[in-house]
Amino acid sequence: MTDRELHPGFLLLEDGTLFRGVFRTPPVITVAEVVFTTNMSGYQEVFTDPSYRGQIVVMTAPMIGNYGVNASDPESARPQVAGVIVRELSNSYSNWRAEGDLGSWLSDAQIPILEEVDTRRLTKHLRTIGSMTGVMGLGDEPSAEAIAALEACPSMEGLDLATRVTTGERYTWGNPDAPYHIVAYDYGIKRNILRLFDENGCRITVLPAETSAEDALALAPDGVFLSNGPGDPAAVTYAPATVRAIAAQGVPIFGICLGHQILGLTFGGETIKMSYGHRGGNQPVKEVGSGRVLITSQNHGFAVKGDEDGVPGAPELEVTHVNLNDGTVEGLKHRDLPIFSVQYHPEAAPGPHDARPLFEEFLATVRTRKG
Amino acid sequence: MGVHTGDSITVAPAMTLTDREYQDMRDAAVAIIREVGVEAGGCNIQFAVNPLDGEMLVIEMNPRVSRSSALASKATGFPIARIGAKLAVGYRLDEIPNDITKTTPASFEPVLDYVVVKIPRFAFEKFPNADPRLTTQMKSVGEAMAIGRTFKEAFQKGLRALENGRSGWTVGSRPLDDRLPDDSVEALRGALRQPTPERIYQVKRALERGLSIAEVHELSAIDPWFLGQMQELVDAERAYATRESTDARALRRMKRMGFSDRQLADLRDETEADVRERRWALDIRPSYKMVDTCAGEFPSETPYLYSSYDEESEGPRSGRRSVVILGSGPNRIGQGVEFDYCCVRAVMALREQGYEAIMVNSNPETVSTDYDTSDKLYFEPLTLEDVLEIVDREKPEGVIVQLGGQTPLKLTRALEAAGVRILGTSPDSIDIAEDRRRFDKIARELGLQQPPNGTATSVAEALEAAERIGYPVLVRPSYVLGGRAMQICYDPESLDGYFATAARVSEEKPVLIDRFLEDAFEVDVDAIADSAGTVVIGGVMQHIEDAGIHSGDSACVLPPYLIGEKDLQAMREQTVALAKALKVVGLINVQYAIKDGVVYVLEVNPRASRTIPFVSKAIGVPLASLAARVMMGETLVDIGFTEEIVPPYVCVKEAVFPFSKFQGTDPVLGPEMRSTGEVMGISDSFGASFAKAQLSASNGLPLEGRILITVNDHDKATVTPIARRFHEMGFEVVATSGTSRFLKARGIPASSVFKVHEGRPNCHDLIVNGDVQLLINTPLGKHAQWDDYVLRQAAIRHHVPYTTTMSAASAASDAILSLRSRRATVKTLQEWQADIVVPA
Repeated sequence: MTDRELHPGFLLLEDGTLFRGVFRTPPVITVAEVVFTTNMSGYQEVFTDPSYRGQIVVMTAPMIGNYGVNASDPESARPQVAGVIVRELSNSYSNWRAEGDLGSWLSDAQIPILEEVDTRRLTKHLRTIGSMTGVMGLGDEPSAEAIAALEACPSMEGLDLATRVTTGERYTWGNPDAPYHIVAYDYGIKRNILRLFDENGCRITVLPAETSAEDALALAPDGVFLSNGPGDPAAVTYAPATVRAIAAQGVPIFGICLGHQILGLTFGGETIKMSYGHRGGNQPVKEVGSGRVLITSQNHGFAVKGDEDGVPGAPELEVTHVNLNDGTVEGLKHRDLPIFSVQYHPEAAPGPHDARPLFEEFLATVRTRKG
Repeated sequence: MGVHTGDSITVAPAMTLTDREYQDMRDAAVAIIREVGVEAGGCNIQFAVNPLDGEMLVIEMNPRVSRSSALASKATGFPIARIGAKLAVGYRLDEIPNDITKTTPASFEPVLDYVVVKIPRFAFEKFPNADPRLTTQMKSVGEAMAIGRTFKEAFQKGLRALENGRSGWTVGSRPLDDRLPDDSVEALRGALRQPTPERIYQVKRALERGLSIAEVHELSAIDPWFLGQMQELVDAERAYATRESTDARALRRMKRMGFSDRQLADLRDETEADVRERRWALDIRPSYKMVDTCAGEFPSETPYLYSSYDEESEGPRSGRRSVVILGSGPNRIGQGVEFDYCCVRAVMALREQGYEAIMVNSNPETVSTDYDTSDKLYFEPLTLEDVLEIVDREKPEGVIVQLGGQTPLKLTRALEAAGVRILGTSPDSIDIAEDRRRFDKIARELGLQQPPNGTATSVAEALEAAERIGYPVLVRPSYVLGGRAMQICYDPESLDGYFATAARVSEEKPVLIDRFLEDAFEVDVDAIADSAGTVVIGGVMQHIEDAGIHSGDSACVLPPYLIGEKDLQAMREQTVALAKALKVVGLINVQYAIKDGVVYVLEVNPRASRTIPFVSKAIGVPLASLAARVMMGETLVDIGFTEEIVPPYVCVKEAVFPFSKFQGTDPVLGPEMRSTGEVMGISDSFGASFAKAQLSASNGLPLEGRILITVNDHDKATVTPIARRFHEMGFEVVATSGTSRFLKARGIPASSVFKVHEGRPNCHDLIVNGDVQLLINTPLGKHAQWDDYVLRQAAIRHHVPYTTTMSAASAASDAILSLRSRRATVKTLQEWQADIVVPA
């Protein structure tokens, strides 16, 4: 590739810090929260994870695109991220499953990729100051238009994105004759969650986020699943009431990520915005009961307030998992009802599979109740 | 696949695996670990993936730390053995802090925001008969590791860190340099099918010639992604070389791809200094990034740094008084861990003295590249460019070049020219020792004897010099370590042949020619000197092998066992005189030969020599630590080391050879060093120490049985008393016809056995059948060469102890006598050295 084909570009953060790079395809001005992930592999899963909706994602792994893209790795129907920032986007790719190159795949979806950025400097900045909004655009210096767009952008705090990414229509997944029926609330569900339920002998009905408890219960679920998703959990104001109504019927409930945060809110807890969140595939999480450590995949910028001793305001909840890096709440369990949740992603994709047995655990509860 | 991991260029993290494949491999690894029952500690599992369909195979599993554990530790900053040791005594991972971040636990998997490339270093030039094809048998002798922000950057840094005369990924000037018979495409295609050390350069030739990535992949099976990266380098070079001018943007782009100044200079017919000056003027400088295990997710205070052409630098200058210590780069024959020992000792001593010790090295196998050895570690190639950037950034009190072997020494003059202060012995003194003419003058002034010698810059000059000096002569290029291309020539024909095959000679690359002193004793003396002019002898080591065997390959003994006090005293005095004359501040090594009552100076090295660790351990004083301190201005009187320590016990060093890995190589020792390691035996007698050293070197001596003797005429008289001793100890002596007749005539019953060409069963059959417990063989000369070569090969293959010199045979008889006459006892080094006062 010659210099001619590259267009100088920038990322301007809300605190005024400027980062320079280049674009292959001239982008439109893009404003979003800028976060980093330390996943070394699985860029296609990251970019299609609805939990990254509305975020510009910085890859700390310096070489991205080496193995191309394929049709089976995406976690949703399309790339979800607002933008991508990398140190080097590979000009070629090689993998037996590859069907195309990452650069074209992202540009086809109108997602800007800023390359040649000192991503380590950017990561350290976000780690030190915290995640913040940024604007990407063309040129060596930010245009007035870009600066105006940045100033107009709302903070992630208070933003209900789940309602925006959820499915418009209910749909089903898995073998229709499967013995168990799981009803999943889609706040931005990842496909691998559906794949794992399917593999564990479940059929799944995926519901739009705003579906009422009544409608959900009318489907006679053996268990209810609360999915992952983007944005501020506290802004999904309608969810706790729905969940409370379902819980009251004694239906087993399992929540992941945003679903976990919603459970925390449902039983009286609070959620907080973290400085720069957890995004990557190497987060150590301790099971409080056994002391066992799992290496987990994570992607969240909010957390349920609390520690190993419990969640303030939610006496019915027990903290089952904590993060060993910073002590934040990573798992909850209802003391009386068949309800539990984790902040991390047992479905991985990308990331390690240590926590996959949680799906079996949930299904054991489902089976017990069904008899 | 099919090339040993140790011989492969390896890259971390995995470049072309999707998360699915990565996690499948991780799942399989965990399952294997659980099934095998690795309860705590390191573990290594090798996988293979079929690039056509992703089929994954497990190649092997080692429930222990392996060679790659060291590499993985350096590549990630996660110290596997250190954590493993803590786990072994009962800690859990989440109870152990991550030593780099200090704030997070060790129960995590490191993530990289850089690319690591490890490149093996080979030594086939020392084993010309060995098969250079890379297979499942590891053949490399060392490795360099490089860290960059991209594969291209790390790959080029790694190649220049190899110190094989190339400034990065560059092709040789002749096809032969890249192991190609000629310049044809056919030769390239043929060569690319076989993995050899030079294949990576053949790939470059192929891409330069326009062979497609698909074709090179087809021939070499190197993944197209890596070939694509290499193609980008080739394209970038071509574009840069043909530009009208090189602006800042173009230069920066090339630097970001890892090109060295030297490479860029060559592309546009400039000098390295031109490029550096322009680059500095344009302020295109490397930034330094930290290896922090977590890709920047958490703060880290551990200054484990690498360079990259990026925006932000980390690990700023501390402002403390600092010293930069240059390491020895990848291990090679002649320059190995001995120098790492010296560097590490210096770092420890400097830290104790309150200096900030800054280490620069590129060898992942060393202790000096542990992030917690020095105060600050630069994992960088040891080239002028890379070192100058670091020195310019750190502004140290000075740079120590005399502890890392030839690697830093070669940079001395250029560093000095760039205004860098060299600590210890001055570059000029180092130059005197290397420059034959300048050294001759000093030797004359001090009244020292040297073997007749000369320097030549052409073949004709060399032949003329040899005639004047008198054959046999020892020839070698100047400025080499490990006796590279060193040879003994007995006549003009063989000298002529030397220039045809072994070495080139030119104005810039003169050769040194010395009279070879046959049958002389050789002695190494190591000493330390301070800036006040005090010189203390560290140790006097007598070589067990006669002159003509490289000092690194010869067994040696400290204190000497067969040299008179008068000669010892003469060598001590001469060493002191040389150290003073050269104004040595630090270490000095002098090699002597003693023949017919005359002491000759063979070589002077005003720097740490390979023998420093052995001497330090033998006398119980860490000479390299003391050297670092005297370089910083302390005197030996201050330190309290003013007298030579002559230990009241005997230490024997024996070399360890890789012959069993290089089939087809003759193990007969010569002036070119080929050993890859060494062992030390310590006891209260020569025989017992020698026996221990042999045992440690996997050449354990027999207590009884049959001994096969076959020596050349020259050695027959010498071998007689040795044979007699073996006979008296109850060994059955077997010899080939000539030797047998000779021995029988002197009253030693020696049964006769056929030589290989005489029929069967012959002496080769005896070895193969396990009927020989010890082989004493000296080369029989040109005609019978094949015969005894086969014997030595058989001995290696069948693990029969052997000696190829008379002195070693004699030492072996002492050792066996000692082994037979006493029971082994155990005594720690501390117990042996309980009475030695170590300077504080």
